[in-house]
Amino acid sequence: MSILAYNGGCVVAMRGKDCVAIATDHRFGVQAQTISTDFKKVFHIAPRMFLGLTGLQTDILTVRDRLMFRKNIYETKENREMAPKPFSAMLSSFLYEHRFGPYFIEPVVAGLDPKTMKPFICNMDLIGCPNEPDDFVVAGTCAEQLYGMCETLWRPDLEPDQLFEVIAQSMVNAFDRDAMSGWGATVFIIEKDKITERSLKTRMD
Amino acid sequence: MTLDTAPEVPRAGFNFDNCRRNAALLQGGFKPPTTTKTGTTIVGVIYKDGVVLGADTRATEGPIVSDKNCAKIHYLADNIYCCGAGTAADTEMTTDLISSQLELHRLSTERQVPVVCANNILKQMLFRYQGHISAALVLGGVDKYGPHIYCIHPHGSADKLPYATMGSGSLAAMAVFESRWKPDLTEEEAKLLVRDAIASGIFNDLGSGSNVDLCVIRKDSTEYLRNHELANKKGERQLNYGFKKGTTPILHTSIKDLQITERVQAVPMEIA
Repeated sequence: MSILAYNGGCVVAMRGKDCVAIATDHRFGVQAQTISTDFKKVFHIAPRMFLGLTGLQTDILTVRDRLMFRKNIYETKENREMAPKPFSAMLSSFLYEHRFGPYFIEPVVAGLDPKTMKPFICNMDLIGCPNEPDDFVVAGTCAEQLYGMCETLWRPDLEPDQLFEVIAQSMVNAFDRDAMSGWGATVFIIEKDKITERSLKTRMD
Repeated sequence: MTLDTAPEVPRAGFNFDNCRRNAALLQGGFKPPTTTKTGTTIVGVIYKDGVVLGADTRATEGPIVSDKNCAKIHYLADNIYCCGAGTAADTEMTTDLISSQLELHRLSTERQVPVVCANNILKQMLFRYQGHISAALVLGGVDKYGPHIYCIHPHGSADKLPYATMGSGSLAAMAVFESRWKPDLTEEEAKLLVRDAIASGIFNDLGSGSNVDLCVIRKDSTEYLRNHELANKKGERQLNYGFKKGTTPILHTSIKDLQITERVQAVPMEIA
């Protein structure tokens, strides 16, 4: 087993029409034993930007804290909000700094550019190779299942309501086929004027 | 004021803080995690008055295709581009780093940087890291000495060739070059040859796939043809498999309003 699958969990983000969605499961386990069912792997880090981190839980928390430190320094120095693109560049170089002793995480960034309001999604491997597709990004122990679900359900120009159903169904059906993820899920839909957070009713086994 | 814990300029170079911990974790019988690789077919040829570089666009994580349309031809300078194969993060970061060094070199010498200079900086860097940075590169460019192709291996060796291939699809691509390459190709012939070499990688090598990217560098112009050919289009869906609103059961919803309403009000001021 890979150390990335030690605690389980998954994150997925999708692009819609003038909106983005990001979803996380709630499981935190130690191999096959579930420790907690309210560990959300997605963090609200700017008004319209979320960071999802899957992998080893200790590194999820460490990387989150270190990135928030760097982001706050940037925002203090520049006196402006950090957009998703520079944030991803910062995250990428942070992870590549640890090329030979990496943090065991796979990050996902989703958000809207604060100026242009253009949707942005991005994921990386554990040493910071960025990937910015125009459909969806996945990470976590059920990444393979998520690729399959997203590839069939995702369509271009989904409206926020449809996008919610697509991402929720992709997530739920993917992690129901993965023992290491699940136990509840949360979906965030980020739009220009509001952020909608929905907790899903899922299987709890 | 500079603090030890929060330096104003972060320490340059790699950070090895996690190495001991990670070695201990991996000793516990865990497999080392997989990184994104560009399995890759990358090629370059010299033609009559320039070079043509080519690449496929697949990135893989083990057997999974992690990016169906990634860009493997990286910008180094206006007259120099570089194709990368190997660990995706390594090729990306190495070419970015060298690109900025070349720009600084150009500004300090006030001359266009020759291709051999890019080759030297790249191979010296890769040799310094003794193959731990797994970037296999095909470097191409045109300078005042003419067109050049260099093939740089991860351990820091380099060949200067008229036509080169790298990556897991290099054998498939080289087969095309060996049968059809000749000196003084025209631009159109060179583009077609490179396209065919990449296509043979895409269709015969599992590590390569998706589309064909080309980059034509001439004496005084460069043309980056991103997705020159979409070799593998996704099929059109015939029916709509959308879900009805309310399909997914929701436990609770919370909405955060981001609309900031601003009101300007005139306040009478006292006159001193």
